[in-house]
Order: sequence, then C-alpha cells, then structure tokens
Amino acid sequence: MMRIPPAALLGLFFTSIFFFCAIFAPWITPYGMAEVVGDVWEPSSSEFLLGTDSIGRDLLSRMIWGGRTTIFIATAATILSFVTGATLGFFAAVSGGWVDQVLSRFIDLIMSIPSLIFALVVLSVLPTTIWTLIILMGLLDSTRVFRLARAVAVDITVMDYVEAARLRGEKIAWIIFRETLPNALSPLVAEMGLRFIFMVLFVSTLSFLGLGVQPPQADWGGIVKENKEGINYGIQAALYPAYAIAILCISINLIADWVLSRTTSLKGGRG
Amino acid sequence: MHPIIKLVAQRLTLGILLLLAASVLIFAGTTMLPGDVAQQILGQGATPVSLANLREELGLNDPPVERYFNWLGGVLQGDLGTALTNGRDIADSIGGRLKNTMFLAFWAAVISVPLAIFLGLLAVRYKDRWPDKLISGVTLTTISIPEFMIGYILVYWLAIKLRWFPSVAIINDSMSLGEKLNAIAIPVMVLTLVVLAHMMRMTRAAILNVMQSAYIETAELKGLRMLTVIRKHAFPNAVAPIVNVVMINMAYLVVGVVVVEVVFAYPGMGQYLVDHVAKRDVPVVQACGLIFAAVYIGLNLIADIVSIVTNPRLRHPK
Repeated sequence: MMRIPPAALLGLFFTSIFFFCAIFAPWITPYGMAEVVGDVWEPSSSEFLLGTDSIGRDLLSRMIWGGRTTIFIATAATILSFVTGATLGFFAAVSGGWVDQVLSRFIDLIMSIPSLIFALVVLSVLPTTIWTLIILMGLLDSTRVFRLARAVAVDITVMDYVEAARLRGEKIAWIIFRETLPNALSPLVAEMGLRFIFMVLFVSTLSFLGLGVQPPQADWGGIVKENKEGINYGIQAALYPAYAIAILCISINLIADWVLSRTTSLKGGRG
Repeated sequence: MHPIIKLVAQRLTLGILLLLAASVLIFAGTTMLPGDVAQQILGQGATPVSLANLREELGLNDPPVERYFNWLGGVLQGDLGTALTNGRDIADSIGGRLKNTMFLAFWAAVISVPLAIFLGLLAVRYKDRWPDKLISGVTLTTISIPEFMIGYILVYWLAIKLRWFPSVAIINDSMSLGEKLNAIAIPVMVLTLVVLAHMMRMTRAAILNVMQSAYIETAELKGLRMLTVIRKHAFPNAVAPIVNVVMINMAYLVVGVVVVEVVFAYPGMGQYLVDHVAKRDVPVVQACGLIFAAVYIGLNLIADIVSIVTNPRLRHPK
C-alpha cells in the first residue's frame, strides 16, 4: 500500500476539484458564460456567489468557464511540449554525433530569447486563436523538455541493455520508445507538473496583455483584464483569478515535489 | 595567452554569434511564418490596392534574405526603421522608454539583490526550522502567481485601501527623483517579489551545495560558530554561483518588466512592445524584440564570464 504524505494529498484534492470544475463546467455553472444577468459589479450575494463582472455577467460562472479554457490550453500545450521535446531529446541522445549537436545548438538558440518576448514577436503576425496559442506555447516550451529528456537519455543510452538492443539490430524508434522512454519516465513526469504551471501562468499573462484568448471567451487572465478598472473602486473581481491560479499552482507544486522525492529517493522510488 | 583571457574572448565571440542568430530568428519569426503579413496587419476588409501598397512599404516583394540584410544593416547603424502605425522613427520613440525601463529595473535590482542574498543566508542558517519553512512557503506562493496579479493585489491593498502610493506609475522628466520613486514604488515591489523568490531559492541551493563540502564539516568540527562558518568559509566559495544567480535573475527581471509596465501604464519599452504587437506593427515589434533579446543575452553572457573569472582553478592555473 502506497502512503501519500498529507501535503501531496492536499495538492491532489485541490487539483482534482479544479479539473472536475473544468470538465463539468456546462453542468455546474449557475449561469451562461456570456449571459448578462445583473448590474455592473454587484457585490457577492446568494444569487451571485462572487458578484458580477464589468458588464453584469455572473463572475462565478465566468471563473469556472475561464478555468476550463485556461486548463484546457495549458494541458494541450503541455502534452504537445512533452511529445515534441521528449521525442527530439531522446532522438538527439540516441543518435549522438552531429544530429545531437545540430539539435542542441538550435534549442540553445531558441532559449537565448525569452519565451514571452519570442511569443509576442510571433503573435504580432499570427492570428490569435486557441490553437495558435497551444502550438506556440507548446513548441516554445518543448525546448526545456528537450534539455531534460536529452540529459536523462544520455545516461541511459550508455547502458548495456541499449548496447544489446543496438547489436540486435533494433531500429532507432525501438531504442527510443522501448528502451529509453520507460527508464526516463519518472523524472519527466515530475517535470510535467512544473511545465503545466508554467503554461497556466504563460497563457494567463498573454490573455492579460490582450494577446491570448479573445473575448467573449473567458479565461483567467482575460477576467483580470476585463475587471482591472474595478480595483480602483475597491472591487475585488479582478483578484479572484489570482487566487485560483495561486491555489492550482501550489497544489500541483505539492504533487510534483512528492513525485520528485519519490523518484529521487535512494530506494529507487518504486517502493 | 592567459587561459582566462582566452576563455572570456571565446565567450564574447560566442555571445555575438548568438545575438546574430537571435536576430535571424526574430526576423524569420515575423516574416517567414505561413500567411501574408500584409493581410494580417490590414485584416479581412483590405482592398487589393492597399495590400499591394503595404507590401511595397514593408519590402515584402524583395527576397527575404535581402530584406534581412537591409534590416540588419540599418540596425547596426542605429536605424531601427519607422513605425507603421504613426510613421515615427522607432529609435527616437525607444530612446526615452529604454531609459525609463532601465530606471525601473535598476531600482528593483537594488532592492531585491541584497534582500535575496540575506534571506537565502537566513534560510540556510535556520535550515529546516521555521524561518526556512516560512521563507520557502512565501516564495513558493509568489512564484505561483503571475506578475500582473501580484501587481493588482498590491494595488488593491497599498494604493486603494491604504492610499500609501499611486496606483499608476506615470513619470516624466520634470519630476524630481523623490516623486519618481514614489510613482514607481508599487511596480518596484512587484518586480522585487517576482525575482526575489527565484533568486532566494537559487542562493539557498548554491550555499547549501557549498555547505555540504568537507572543509565546512572540518570548520564545524573545530567548534566554530555557525555564522562564522558561513561568513568565513562558505560565503567566499559561494560568491561565484551567487553572482551567476543574480545575473540570471536580472535577465528574468528584464522580461518581467514587460508585464509590470502594462499593469501600471508605465511609459517604458514593455508597454511599447505590447501595444504594437496588438496593432501588428511589425517593424516596432522586431526592434523591441531584438533589444530585449540583446539585453537578455548580454546579462547571461556576463553571468558566464563572471563564473569564469571568479573560478580560482582558472585564475591560478597549475
């Protein structure tokens, strides 16, 4: 029986609530996403639990819908970044030689420009749709996964069983997916949590700058942008997404810490 | 030649090559992506004539390689081109804004660097006791919130509820230093919080790494007090990694500035860049992107060189 420390359990609990709300948003939101149901910036009441936003939409409903968009984009971008980054990283490590050199130097080059700046440069000529955001964020972030995957895989490719597979005449795809991947999985899974958090922060920042998810679609960064004027009148509407993001990120951090400590422990992390 | 000079020269050359490659990437990112840039800028309702005019103005009819070298040649002579939206010279518009951005980043650095190192030392001194846990907890929280949200939380409490500082940071040349500092108080706090967490965690890790060395154990076994051990034995050896940490975080700060400037309507480079991305003003975006990349690469280069220069094994070769 596996024992889960209380901190990780707490993280798991909150993360599941967020994902539950994201998946079942259409059934649990009290009002529609873009439905104007009240006055501007009504305070919280039994009718509107978190009050209403800058044009009178129910804030709780928008927060849940926004969470759905944010979490969906972050999840999709994380998956894309892992598939691309890990495949290329393993490929570089297993191939070695000039293939490794060319790929690694190219990744170094992309990482020499800050992600946000690069994203802004590219978004100045691309249409801002959800799919553009996912692809852009996923590819930019795959550079970090590439680094990790390559570093882990380089240690694995010198093992005897990889040598044996090569001598057997296995193809490179077999060596990557059947020999390297299973042994590199645990550090990659721990990293996945951190990349996901980074994606949530990244997409929120882009939306806040007006270059991410476009209205009337809701997402957490966009909700801040829509309600930021309210802060000057002491209205908290713009701060709720901040609390939501902080809770989600801390929860995932707690889980990632636990996975990491399990996999790096002396017992090999499988006990 | 002394090996350090050789290494530093190598790094400098590499840095310049990297910057050139980054300029290619920025240029390619805005011109070779699928789709017609002119169409994207003007939108769906553009007439064929205006599209043709814009293509001509942007030089889109020339081959990309030629356009790149024209652009790079201009940049090297200080000519960043003209903005599409208002036809003004980009270099003129950037000058004052770059100064403002540096002003903001400078004060954030002045406050955050000593604070981060002090907190890092404190966390090591009380490792695994409550001060360490408290510092780790608070920094974990600030890492988990995007910059702009820290900004609004501080505005809500410090500017609206307590009325200590203004909620927007508008500065101009006629203001005295005191007035300027009062105006940028909250943005500086936000930037400090954002980099403080990273910098403090990395400082803590760097010092802990040193603390696990054999000579520290010897010093402890000699019966020296903990603070003396840190001051005389651990810190001198931790300087190089800490300077490295500081430089990496300064590079991070330069990016954080982009978002913070938008939150506080601060007249700097970041706001200029974001505004013109929304307006799809490609020449401005290219120029700003290149400047941000140059600062970022430059700071990372300094971090590299510092760690070479402070390495005693390289300074005194056998």
